[in-house]
Amino acid sequence: MQTSVEIAGCKASAPSLLLSSRVRRRQRIAAVLGNGLLLAITSFSMLAVLFIFLFIARDALPFFQHNSWREFFTSTRWYPSAGTAEFGALAIFFGSAMVTGGAILVAVPLGIAAAVCLSDIVPFALRQFVKPIVEMLAAIPSVAYGFFALVVFAPLLQQQGGHLLAVAAWIIGLPAAALAIIVLGDVAGDRFADRFQSLARWGIMIALGSGALVGLTALGKALSALHIASGTNAFNVSIILGIMALPTIVSVSEDALQSVGRELREGSYALGATRAETIIEIVLPAARSGILAAVILGVMRAIGETMVVWMASGNASQIPQPWYNILEPVRTLTATIAGDMGEADQVTGSARYHVLFAMALCLLVFSFVCNLASERFIRRSRQKAGG
Amino acid sequence: MKKIVAATTAAMLMGIGAATAGDANKIVVDGSTTVGPIAKAFAEHYMGKHPEVNITVSESGSGNGAKGIINETCDVGTMSRPMKKSEKDAANSAGVLPIEHIVAMDGIAVVVHESNPLQGLTIEQIRDIYIGKIANWKALGGPDRPIVAISRDTNSGTYETFETLVMKGAKMAGKTEYVGSNGAIRQRVLSTEGAIGYVGLAFREGVKALKVNGREATPEAVVAMTYPIARPLYMYTNGRPKQDTPLYDFITLSDTAEGKKIIADTGFVPVK
Repeated sequence: MQTSVEIAGCKASAPSLLLSSRVRRRQRIAAVLGNGLLLAITSFSMLAVLFIFLFIARDALPFFQHNSWREFFTSTRWYPSAGTAEFGALAIFFGSAMVTGGAILVAVPLGIAAAVCLSDIVPFALRQFVKPIVEMLAAIPSVAYGFFALVVFAPLLQQQGGHLLAVAAWIIGLPAAALAIIVLGDVAGDRFADRFQSLARWGIMIALGSGALVGLTALGKALSALHIASGTNAFNVSIILGIMALPTIVSVSEDALQSVGRELREGSYALGATRAETIIEIVLPAARSGILAAVILGVMRAIGETMVVWMASGNASQIPQPWYNILEPVRTLTATIAGDMGEADQVTGSARYHVLFAMALCLLVFSFVCNLASERFIRRSRQKAGG
Repeated sequence: MKKIVAATTAAMLMGIGAATAGDANKIVVDGSTTVGPIAKAFAEHYMGKHPEVNITVSESGSGNGAKGIINETCDVGTMSRPMKKSEKDAANSAGVLPIEHIVAMDGIAVVVHESNPLQGLTIEQIRDIYIGKIANWKALGGPDRPIVAISRDTNSGTYETFETLVMKGAKMAGKTEYVGSNGAIRQRVLSTEGAIGYVGLAFREGVKALKVNGREATPEAVVAMTYPIARPLYMYTNGRPKQDTPLYDFITLSDTAEGKKIIADTGFVPVK
């Protein structure tokens, strides 16, 4: 359709701005097809997760049908290849929990402190320089970490273990004690009358300081006397797993702290708070959900790690005596699956094959739950930041 | 432009065709970490003489070697133990006929750290260590150090042989550590003062091999059948390889004089 337009005496023809019904139909079909294709691609990835779950559950169920639940979850005797096979996985669950707990103990304080430092304390230029370096830790392949743990760290623990622990105790204890003493000195000194305040503060700090020094020296001596029989133990793996989980925790926590926003911090400074008070009492609680999500992601990283634990945890299926002795070898779920996979063939050994799937199912369920919790916390933190 | 695309595609397809056509000149070997060094030495020797043949050797454990033969994912399955009845049944139901070929004899040496003053143990003492009854070296006349017992994982033929000949069905203590290969045991025992482990004869370098029941762990003792922990090493194939194929030459290398020399150099005992 052509319409003629007369403008200031000139005649000009332009094509109509309305679409013909044929063109409109074609465009609608193209839009539907395009949307459908994108939906199919998205569903594909969802289906992949669903199928993984289904296949693992399908092969895990036969184990629970033919073997005792109670033995699997409460017995510590793990002899899958013996004549009378025993499938007690309690020690293995404990091992996984122990190394994950150890990794979290290492990674969470370090990670949150690093995140706070990067977001609130160091100048922006330094932050732009340091953050990529921390994230580079995540790029190191896990087998390299495992190799380091087995070939360098384990013999080091065996030869110099006690001294290493003593040095670590001093490195952690000295700044922590200094901080505690300054805070306590301030708080306690406030109770005295103005005249004696400075004297009281110094007195208390000196008393606490000498107490701390004596305590640290005694601790250092006791640790130096320790002799680690086997360097491939839960302590070794916890440290390495903590370093592996660190980049995740630092990244996500730092994002959560950044998303708290300038207004909150500026308001706090405007009301006269110091930087320490702002960070501890305003910023950290506001970023609580994001930090919790970061910790949960770190837990998932640590519990799913296979190569490092298979090479460096000792693979002894026992609960250490006493239970908190991290200087003993332990065995994790992931290392058991990786180590026993070759021998446990579907045809040649039924229960051995299915028990590995049962362990994989437990890991999968745990990761699922962690993932859901983490999602919930991230969503809550985004709502807080937005609203 | 279209002509260039068509020409490139045709060339690629022909290249792929050529690559898959030369299947007879490719041998995949998988299985025991004990037999691994022999397989690798054979592969090097054979590829040196026949450069058009490509032999790849992996070591994922005797169990995996058996599985590879059953699933036809490898041409040669090396194992440091004979195939179990269940594996033979699985092979039969998969239509695979595993043919056994004894390549060499091997002994399992019980090794400790070089600083350990002990000279030898009896099989009963070794069993008591591994079941956890003896927990400190001083109970055996050694220094006051806790014993760190290291074993191979259950995937291993070496483990199965040790279990049959030494443990005799007794279960290892919960605190036994498990590692994945002969080399890993050697490396752990090398660096841990209180450690005890067991490896194939070829892996004794850097550690101290104890006498078992008064017999030294040497190839001569294995040949003379005086060393108590000795076993044959196997290579399995699917069916008997045809004469004059690279696979046949590879398998029968251990029967030739050159093959026996390679086996002796690698630290094993050639079969007579």
